Amino acid sequence: MGMTIAEKILSKKVGRKVEAGDLIVCDVDLVMAHDGTAPLAIEQLKSLGVDDVFDPSKIVLVIDHTAPSPSSNISNIHKMMREFARRTSCHFRDIGYGICHQILIEEFVKPWTVVAGADSHTCTHGGLGAFAAGFGSTDITVMMAYGKTWLRVPESIKVEVSGELEWPVTAKDVILHVIGELGSDGATYMAMEFTGECIRKMSVDARFTLTNMAVEAGAKTGLCPVDEKTLEFLKRRDGVTYERLEPDKDAEYADELLVDAGKLEPLVAVPDRVDNVKSVSEVEGLEVDQVFIGTCTNGRYEDLLMAAKILKGRKVHEGVRLIIQPASRRVYLEALNSGLIEIFLKAGAVINPPGCGPCVGRHLGILGDGERCLSTQNRNFKGRMGNPNSEIYLASPVVAAATAIKGEITDPRNLGE
Amino acid sequence: MRIKGRAWKFGDDINTDLIIAGKYKYDTLDMKELAKHAFEAIRPGFSDAVKPGDIIVAGKNFGSGSSREQAPLVIKALGIGAVVAKSFARIFYRNAINIGLPVITCEKAYDAVTEGDELEIDVEKGIIKNLTSGQTLGFRPLPEFMIRILKEGGIVNYLKKYGGFEIAAER
Repeated sequence: MGMTIAEKILSKKVGRKVEAGDLIVCDVDLVMAHDGTAPLAIEQLKSLGVDDVFDPSKIVLVIDHTAPSPSSNISNIHKMMREFARRTSCHFRDIGYGICHQILIEEFVKPWTVVAGADSHTCTHGGLGAFAAGFGSTDITVMMAYGKTWLRVPESIKVEVSGELEWPVTAKDVILHVIGELGSDGATYMAMEFTGECIRKMSVDARFTLTNMAVEAGAKTGLCPVDEKTLEFLKRRDGVTYERLEPDKDAEYADELLVDAGKLEPLVAVPDRVDNVKSVSEVEGLEVDQVFIGTCTNGRYEDLLMAAKILKGRKVHEGVRLIIQPASRRVYLEALNSGLIEIFLKAGAVINPPGCGPCVGRHLGILGDGERCLSTQNRNFKGRMGNPNSEIYLASPVVAAATAIKGEITDPRNLGE
Repeated sequence: MRIKGRAWKFGDDINTDLIIAGKYKYDTLDMKELAKHAFEAIRPGFSDAVKPGDIIVAGKNFGSGSSREQAPLVIKALGIGAVVAKSFARIFYRNAINIGLPVITCEKAYDAVTEGDELEIDVEKGIIKNLTSGQTLGFRPLPEFMIRILKEGGIVNYLKKYGGFEIAAER
């Protein structure tokens, strides 16, 4: 019988054919933790009585969730991370580099590998054909010490996306639609495998928006084939041509979901659930206090470019705070050099330093009581942005930019001149 | 492993932000301190009302969302003996086993338990006794190596005792 992408990667890793349901112990190629999860992992390493890490070249620590530090307590925790990184010589990306997942994409992740991150959105890296999953701090401790973990080879759900994305519909609308269909636990423990004509045509940046949110349906990872587009992306990055990766035609799936991208509309996930998905027309006109464009879901160059198309020559509605946060320093620089930052500033936006920003509710744009925010992030849980008495709506950068201009949730097609 | 305590009921999709809000987790590694804020957005005062040994009984997809291990850690810090749910989110489930918090998947428990009922759980045998109603429910026991990790109080203690990682997964 044929293999899914997940089965292919894990079979190669352990050197024998494995299939969904098998329990395996496998080597980990990349281990990542950030300031929300690394400190606990470092403490646990001490409890384990281990001084050193298995291979510092395979460990990446990033300060992105609270960057720069908003309190002295947090500064002390950052200090502890810096000291650990220095002592063990592992990779360390301090404040200003950007969001851990973006850094991994820009520098580290390779196809056919196993990536473990102490962050639930580690599934993002399946966009490059890596088996990438989120873990808690103690799992990461064990991996930092031993370089391996145990896994259950997951069943896969095939998400076949046909047709073409037509402006203003984006990859974000595809994944919101998928999560709305599957529900918050529809893919629990499984791999979500994206295939089809629309995926083939989609940029690698846009694919990350899909894989990033796989966990919002409970998935262990999201995966895309390694095709022409992926190879080009990696060739530019590493100067190396990697091996292609696609599922066998007779691979077995737990479920299949067909999506016609050409029939989608801009979508919005309404409070407090990511699977509570509505067409933008159903919520159009709802006033907002803040709009946030950024995050590991939608903070890449292409996302900023889409927002800039809307914001160019326009002004943010009075009384709305538009916060834009590039996912990384590289993205920031690219946006600066191509004039996007000037467009944003002239429109009246605030530019945050690269990092997670208000998405994690600790700094740089916390909501007030009764306030409503439309954000390009991946979660709208109660209190996510720092205040349980506020509301979060999720949408694409295009809907977000149009909403910032009108001051109310807006279908970009109704923006006018 | 036997756990005995009063039931506290929670609904479906109790995500990690509801268990412990992200805004608190960056500031401290002291779980007792952090635990004061456990479930505060949906059940204010929970951390004061709960007693060691008490049991959470929840609906589907408990612990969805973030990978934060602080979620099972604050539950453990409050002295909660076990979480019983219709289903768990994957990362929360792993984290709970790793830190030594028993997590029991039992579809029927939610409807068979009223808040405040006295429950007794036999983790190895896969039995939940509702001492208040007299009803007995079965669940599929956890794999043996997970029970062994739980008995040691988590994977760190386990590895210290058994020395190797292969043992943890394959024995």
